[in-house]
Amino acid sequence: MSLFEYILNYKIFGATYFKLQKIKEQIFFKYPKSWNTDIFAPPLKIGSYTKELISSHYLEGRFVKGVKPVAWVTSGAPVEILKALGFYILYPENHGALCGAKKVAVDLCVEAEKRGYSIDICSYSRTDFGSIFSGKTPVGKLPKPDLLLTCSNICQTVLYWYQVLSHYFKVPLLIIDTPFLYEKAKDYEIEYVKKQLEDSIPICEKVAKKNLNFKKLKKVVKLSKEATELWFEIIKTAKNKPSPISVFDQFIHMAPIVEMRGEEKTVKFYNILLNELKDRISNGIGAVKNEKKRVLWDNLPIWYKIKFFSEFLAENGVAVVASTYTNAWGELCSLIDPDRPIESVSKTYLHPILNRSTKDKLYTIFNMIDEFSIDGVILHSDRSCKPYSIGQIDQRKKFIEKKQIPAILIESDHNDSRAFSDEQIKNRLLTLIEMME
Amino acid sequence: MVSLGIDAGSTTIKIIGIDKNKKIVFEKIENTEPDIDKQVKRLLKNIKISEIKIVVTGYGSNLIKFATKKVTEITCHATGAFYYFKKGGTLIDIGGQDSKVVIISDNGKVLDFTMNDKCAAGTGRFLENIAWRLKIPVERMGDIALNSEKEVNISSTCAVFAESEVISMLARGEELEAVIKGLHRALVKRIGAMANSLNIFPPLILSGGVSKNKAIQRMLKEELGFNILIPENPQIIGAYGAAILGIDRI
Repeated sequence: MSLFEYILNYKIFGATYFKLQKIKEQIFFKYPKSWNTDIFAPPLKIGSYTKELISSHYLEGRFVKGVKPVAWVTSGAPVEILKALGFYILYPENHGALCGAKKVAVDLCVEAEKRGYSIDICSYSRTDFGSIFSGKTPVGKLPKPDLLLTCSNICQTVLYWYQVLSHYFKVPLLIIDTPFLYEKAKDYEIEYVKKQLEDSIPICEKVAKKNLNFKKLKKVVKLSKEATELWFEIIKTAKNKPSPISVFDQFIHMAPIVEMRGEEKTVKFYNILLNELKDRISNGIGAVKNEKKRVLWDNLPIWYKIKFFSEFLAENGVAVVASTYTNAWGELCSLIDPDRPIESVSKTYLHPILNRSTKDKLYTIFNMIDEFSIDGVILHSDRSCKPYSIGQIDQRKKFIEKKQIPAILIESDHNDSRAFSDEQIKNRLLTLIEMME
Repeated sequence: MVSLGIDAGSTTIKIIGIDKNKKIVFEKIENTEPDIDKQVKRLLKNIKISEIKIVVTGYGSNLIKFATKKVTEITCHATGAFYYFKKGGTLIDIGGQDSKVVIISDNGKVLDFTMNDKCAAGTGRFLENIAWRLKIPVERMGDIALNSEKEVNISSTCAVFAESEVISMLARGEELEAVIKGLHRALVKRIGAMANSLNIFPPLILSGGVSKNKAIQRMLKEELGFNILIPENPQIIGAYGAAILGIDRI
């Protein structure tokens, strides 16, 4: 791909087209056809902006090869160094979620299964493998990576997943190992991660064919911090009764904080969203019109059933106002320090909820139950995400015992709809609703 | 009759009518037919349903269009068991295609529950499949199990795989009675594991068609160590609870 094609197709035509689309949608604001106005407030206006950011991101990916170095990274990987070196960054997990939401993930999983990948491995990885092997993707085309970066802070699967990618694409693989935290991180653990990050810099520089500018790195880390702080403030607005934003809205609008950390446009985006939510709060507008009960969601979303959950619960006056998943992208904002970029990034990426003990997760949820005035908990036992699901049976009991609120476990999978049983899940949700009455 | 409760289960449909003192005055049980709405109308043809509250529950409940209200099986079973025995405790309901454990408080509220998920292990279908394969009436399975001193270990709790395991055991020369006893034990172990995932307390109340099985009753008592209460007709508890909710909640 040449620089000319990149500028023409992405910078000029693509970006302008998406910008115009956004402006058009903002001026002639229309509800989606299937929007149920009896149970929901009007859709958030930020929706058109979210669409612009995500579409532009994937459009850039189509024309970026040969223009910028490309890295594929895990959702919890420290991307700031890559950002400062000008990499185009692709998150296969986000792409997987998009495939899930577009209901094409199972077809892609089957492509991977046909090549011998077990149905028991994570459906994000199967979606990714299936997409690579078949070339199918709802975004048109994914750029091949020049570098792979994986980090053990979210699960062990990503270590094997990225080895497959490295073998397939024949490109360097960087592994950042983050020791599991049974208690607060020790200095030597932070030092251990910091050393790995420092060691990774020459490899990243070699692939990027340029040297890391520390001033630029500081700026990227500062922007990461600002966006993370804004996101944390955004999810905290759900403490209001009624909540101006539901967790299902958060699942959609969290894409930029995951895949566009360290960019100015992300900070701008979340500032606009926060202002919109503040407006809703001052006008007493709740995302769910008839908010009677407030629920917390644990674990990943069930991407292909977001509409189902959102409508089914809202019809029964239930607003899902807090989730450990969306909280995870904001709760560590105070650890980021732009003046000590490598050290603070090391500390931050050691602390995601999936790299902390189950006890720590329990207390995180206890605090959220109090902060967000939660009446019940839905624990999604995600067949594909074992690290997130482990401990849920005991945690569920603790919510009932210590917080005296009902909590249910629903068995499913974030991307593989073959693990979703409609009637069984409706039954459990309705029982939860009856128990909260 | 002031209220009707209909439990449209996957295997059988149960209808209970009660008077204002919550006494059962009407009772019907039949195997579930594909057209549930038509079946219920036929079963209620001599009753003026327009003057009665009708609460429905069970997987087929959405198909009963003339219902006053729909309530989940968990709440209906808890309510039925509580009003039947006038006390709380741990309800174990083993039906045709699902089984559930419900913790009921001293005032009849659901404190906690669990159900089987995506799998027929621990349900009536587990025994039904094998009974059909062995050409033994399912009602006789419990007695056969109780009459056997010997018991073989069935490792599979999967309703499909247990079938092949049983056939290979019989081919190996194991006694039929001992195999059937082992099957009951496998089912009870599965239910026991579900129950122990909750904070259970006595008494143990059994409901659902499978709880008529004497071997299941005895083994559950052994497995969980609690005294057991069984309604005269354990199949009707959900429908009875639904009928009560017609008076108390509507």
